[in-house]
This record gives sequence, structure tokens and C-alpha cells, in this order.
Amino acid sequence: MKEYFTQLYIGAKSLLVGLGVTFRALLHPAVTVHYPREKLTISPNFHGHTLLVKDSETGTHRCIVCMQCDLNCPSNCITVVGEKREGSKGKTLTAYHLDFTKCSLCGICVEVCPTQALDFSDEYELAGFSREEFHYNLLKRLEEG
Amino acid sequence: METVGTLPPQLLRMILSAVVVIAFVFMNGLLLGYLERKLAGRFQLRPGPMEVGPQGMLQMVADAVKLIGKQFIIPRQSSTTLFRLAPFLAFVPVGVSFIVIPLSSKLQVLDLDMGLIFIIAVMAFNMVATLVAGWVSNNKYALFGAVRSVAQGVAYEIPMLLSLVTVVLLTHSFSMRAMVLSQSHIWHVFMQPVAFVIYFIAGLAETHRAPFDLPEAESELTAGFHTEFSGICFSFFFLAEYTNMFFVCSIAVTLFLGGWSGPPLPWMEYSGAIWFMLKVYVLLFIMIWIRWTFPRVRFDQLLNFCWKYLTPIALLNLLITALVVKL
Repeated sequence: MKEYFTQLYIGAKSLLVGLGVTFRALLHPAVTVHYPREKLTISPNFHGHTLLVKDSETGTHRCIVCMQCDLNCPSNCITVVGEKREGSKGKTLTAYHLDFTKCSLCGICVEVCPTQALDFSDEYELAGFSREEFHYNLLKRLEEG
Repeated sequence: METVGTLPPQLLRMILSAVVVIAFVFMNGLLLGYLERKLAGRFQLRPGPMEVGPQGMLQMVADAVKLIGKQFIIPRQSSTTLFRLAPFLAFVPVGVSFIVIPLSSKLQVLDLDMGLIFIIAVMAFNMVATLVAGWVSNNKYALFGAVRSVAQGVAYEIPMLLSLVTVVLLTHSFSMRAMVLSQSHIWHVFMQPVAFVIYFIAGLAETHRAPFDLPEAESELTAGFHTEFSGICFSFFFLAEYTNMFFVCSIAVTLFLGGWSGPPLPWMEYSGAIWFMLKVYVLLFIMIWIRWTFPRVRFDQLLNFCWKYLTPIALLNLLITALVVKL
């Protein structure tokens, strides 16, 4: 008989405590971010696809066409094209193709680059209607800003 | 206008009441559906429906249009006539119960001497509709849902009625109007708090609300008795459920919370309905609050709680009340 009333008391009390917990949740503001209208700031550690970095001194990229990224890419998705020009030392970059449909974002290209010419972008809204949309020319992107 | 003049006033009254009741049932369904989803969101720290209309207010309208537009599929081996009839069986008592609810002192369709018994009897009819719906679907989940619903309904009807009878002992009347008038000095909830709590818990079980929503336990029974119903017929069950919630709360307001009484407003004979509705929606909020707080109970727990706790306490409460009234 004593157990009967103890259970009744404990049960009723715990139910009221539970109601209190949810009521506090009701008063708490919603944590949802309304995505297309509101956006979270992206962490600097976010790794998107690679980009050619614009050098602040020369105003252009730092690529020396050493082909290290092209050779080291495990997914074979980088094609660097350069040519020898009169008057300049070494080769000049004419196109930097990145096939992002195959890229696994491993970051080896960024690591091996001797001149730190590559970096990750912070783009995450990537959706398209054809795979060609993800064949990037990073040199063109850099020139277009 | 001339046609209206030639109609007998009693008939005019009936037509008007029917129109108002049907309109109210649908509006109440829309409003409660919206509140339920919005509050569910807020209890879980998310905003709830947001996209259709300002603050998602038109979400339920969009859903209703979608449901109306859907095909009504009848399972091949079900009893076609009863399958078509079941949603209406659930829906008709909903309209009938409105007759005796005293919204305010002049806003009541008909004050029956046996108002309370009438509304309880008509609401119990909902269980028949549930059983028919589950039985004729020719679906094991639907049948199990219906059987559970009836077992639960029969069990919880007892403490519910026992707690209501204590109020009848205090007022010496079954008329809903007399119930409200007898509370002009003190609300019955202060004299009979135990009866109120028991009634409210049993009311939750009667309307199959969480934590007593076993007939619709989706993890084991898909959707329970309305598994096979689609389109507009599903929405009839949905509306019946929400309107039954409204009735359970309006009985609680009439019997325990003083009905239409409140701080006086202009035209109190009619505007008392504002106080009545306010109290009803506060109780409905508590129902929604409970739903989004407690997990579903097991079936043996459900029946144990009824037979071991609610029924004996309600019975004891009734005995004590009877003694006090007699003395």
C-alpha cells in the first residue's frame, strides 16, 4: 500500500518535471537557420574545390607550371597547360583545368605546390544541370575574379 | 429576405446552427492542426511550418486542398458500403454534440435536461465508427488499431464518468446550462480538483491523444484504424479527432472551469463565448503540450494506470463527495 502511493507521488512529480522541461524549450528561441534567406558564416577550415590564389604583389597567380599537382593528383582530375614565352623565364600558365566531378578534395595539390599558388575556396552551394558545369578552368576564374 | 421571413423560426434556427457548426468544425480543425504543428516545432526548438503564407499560416489550407484532390482508394476485399460509411459515422456525432454546448448564456442550440448524458453518449459513438473503420478495412493493422481503441475507450470511460458524476452530485442536474450557472460563486475545479485531473487524463485517452495514442502507434500499427483511408475520408477522421478534443475540453470548461463566466464584457449574454473559447483553447494547449512531452505508454501500462489508479481514486472521490453532499 505504501509502494502504491510512493509510485503515484514519484510518477506525478516526474510528469510535472517533464512538462517543465518542455515548457522551457517552448520559451527558448528556435535554433533553426532559415537557409536560403539566412546563411551561417563558413569556417575558415572549410575545404571546397581548389582555387588559384591571387598574389597581392604581382596581382596575378603564382603558378610556375611545375606540374606537381597534375602528377600527384590521385584522381587525375587536374590538367595544367603552359607554354614557353619569349622574354620570360620558365613556362607561362595558359590553362588550369580542374574536373571537379572526379576531385576527392584530398588537398594533395595544395600541399605539394612549391609556390603556394593553390588554396581551397569556401563555395558550398554547388548544384548544376550538367557535368560540364563542373569542369572548371581555374585560370579563367582567377582572371574573371 | 421574404423567403427567410416565411420560414418557421425553429427551422431557421436549425439551419443557421448547422451552418455555423459545420463551419466551426472545419475552422477548428485548421486552427488546431496549425497550432499542433507550430507548437510541436517550438517545443523542439524549431520554427514549425514557415513557407506557406506568413509564418506558415496557410499550410493547413494547402494540406486540405491536397487531401481533397487525392483519390479515394477502396481495398478490394473490404466491405464497400461500410468502408464508405465509416468516415461519416465518425463525423456525424461531432456535429450532433454541439447542440448542448453552452457557448454563452444565449448561445446554445438547445438546453437538454440530460445534456451531459447526451454529449457523453454521442461522443462514445465515435468508438463505433473507429471499430467499423478498422473492421471493414480488411487490414491487420487497422483491425488491431480498432480493437485497441475500443479496449482503451471502454476502460477510460469509467473513471471519466465517475469524475463527472461528482459534479452532477454538486449541481443536482444534468443540464449543461445549470452546470455553468451553479458555478457563479466558485468554480468546481477548486472544489473537485481530483475529479478534474482524472477527467482530463481520461479525456486524453478517450481522444487517443499522446501518451495514450496506442490505436495510432505508427511504429507497430502504421496508422491504426485509418491505415486504408485516403484523401477526403482520411481528413474526416482527422477532423473528428480534433473536434472530439474540442468537446472533451469544452465539457471540462463547462463542468469545472465556470463555462462562459469571466470578467464582464459588453453584451455578456453573447460575448461570454469569448471567455468560453479562451478557456477551451488553454486546455487544448495543455493537451498539445502533453503530447509533445511524454512518450507513448505500453498497453499494459495504459490499462494498469486506468484500473489501478484512476478508477479507484475516482470511486473514492465520488464516495467522499456523496457523503459530504448528504451531510
